[in-house]
Amino acid sequence: MDVRKIANLAHLEITDDEVALYTPQMADIVKYVEQLNELDTDSVEPMLGGLTVEGASTDTMRMDEPRGSFTPEEALGEAPSGVAGHFQVPKVL
Amino acid sequence: MIIEEIERTLDNAERLNGQLNSFLSIERDHALSRIEQVSKQTEARPLFGTPIAIKDNICTKGMRTSCGSRILHNYKAQYDATAVKRLNDAGAIVVGKTNMDEFAMGSSNESSAFGAAKNPWDVERVPGGSSGGSAVAVASGVVRVSLGSETGGSVRQPASLCGIFGLKPTYGRISRYGLVAFASSLDNIGIFGLTSLDAARVLFVIAGRDELDSTSADVPVPDYEATINDDIKGKTIGVPRELFGEGLDDEVRNAVENSIDNFRSLGAQIVDVELPYAKYGIAVYYIIATAEASSNLARFDGVRYGFRAEGSHSLREMYMKTREEGFGPEVKRRIMLGTYVLSSGYYDAYYSKAQKVRALVKADYQKVFAKCDAILTPTSPSTAFKIGEKTEDPLAMYLNDIYTVSANLAGVPAVSVPCGLSSDGLPIGTQLIGNFWSEGTLLNLANVYENQFPLGAKPFVFAE
Repeated sequence: MDVRKIANLAHLEITDDEVALYTPQMADIVKYVEQLNELDTDSVEPMLGGLTVEGASTDTMRMDEPRGSFTPEEALGEAPSGVAGHFQVPKVL
Repeated sequence: MIIEEIERTLDNAERLNGQLNSFLSIERDHALSRIEQVSKQTEARPLFGTPIAIKDNICTKGMRTSCGSRILHNYKAQYDATAVKRLNDAGAIVVGKTNMDEFAMGSSNESSAFGAAKNPWDVERVPGGSSGGSAVAVASGVVRVSLGSETGGSVRQPASLCGIFGLKPTYGRISRYGLVAFASSLDNIGIFGLTSLDAARVLFVIAGRDELDSTSADVPVPDYEATINDDIKGKTIGVPRELFGEGLDDEVRNAVENSIDNFRSLGAQIVDVELPYAKYGIAVYYIIATAEASSNLARFDGVRYGFRAEGSHSLREMYMKTREEGFGPEVKRRIMLGTYVLSSGYYDAYYSKAQKVRALVKADYQKVFAKCDAILTPTSPSTAFKIGEKTEDPLAMYLNDIYTVSANLAGVPAVSVPCGLSSDGLPIGTQLIGNFWSEGTLLNLANVYENQFPLGAKPFVFAE
């Protein structure tokens, strides 16, 4: 398992020490979960999400009515950096 | 009168927190201003003046909601979770936010960025997790009730290790709006109570359909308190014997066996049942939960809220550094595992496979509940372990949830009820799992049990 490649996909800048720590731990866990391969599941329908029968049949439609939401100031209220009504980030390119 | 109770609660929380570290914030100003508000309300309120502690991954407007993580260490929630709003409307008073494993990932509270909460029965031991702080706040006598959250056992396991009652409801019973998402198809808000009656009163208030959570179900909420003292004679309790074997501590086995005898003496009918796929629960869980977490936690990137790492020269570098510095090791491990199982070429082998076995786990329960009112198992394979004992081996830590995860996979409700003490004086819990929407039955069984067979002991650290 290439932990550094996975970390890169997950936007984590991990250190060499972390690679050394996580590689055997994650290999252990993956080996453990592979016990599922002993089960024949060819004819089983996968369970998607966690809804109960009643949850799945609950009517989630509602009228499309406007209602209050955050003001721009509130939306920026918890941002590490905001400027003139915008979230501010380092340069993209 | 309320003011005295709230002040005593706040004083106890502050006084014990140096020893127990169960609260990440104690909200004295908020609580005192709420007393004035609720005192003005003229209608009768079901939780009038009730002090309550809230796990720090449930949004409470204007209060820090850190999820036990450095990445949200300074985050103040900008709205109330629906469960919190309903508690407030019912007259309850939030007194503080409780310690937890970072983003609810852990079974010991040790992955908190702010240090572990301590077990009040023995402060050198863990309280369990991930909702450890909420369990300790109740077990130490600071509050009678608290909210936690469950993805794989995070309310029932700490309830068991701390000697109190813990409830995980049916998936869709309590709105998740305002619960910071970990694994959305498994997450639930849960309730700790000094007794099952305390929890029943809170469940009645916060349960029910919420249009802000499309997964909350439109199922009527019964008056749990009205049936909590019903005679349990003739109730059928199934015992899956295959779960009492390898890996279960002898003292826990004896106490749980004893609880089976006690239920029989109360008139319950005990029958053998089989849950052949339950043993695959942990494997299924660590695929599905990590996959969902890797997606849900992508939002923590240093842009809209929380921590941002200094000194980045590009946007991508800022994301990478922020997440590297902001997340702790257990969260990183799970994000990476989830990324791996969802990555190109592995999806069918892991994620699809896990979804299929999840269907088998659920079918197990449906079959058993055709002939049983509840299933009884241990809650946790051991009593509270020493702080530091399992931190080096993540897989050993995961196996703490072996008896609890399958209820989350299936979506059925389950509770943990104190059933005894080990020879070194540590609490043991027995777990009752019920059919969909049968919280009333579980609360009834638990309440009758607690009244007939009380634990009869208090923790070493307990508020006066």
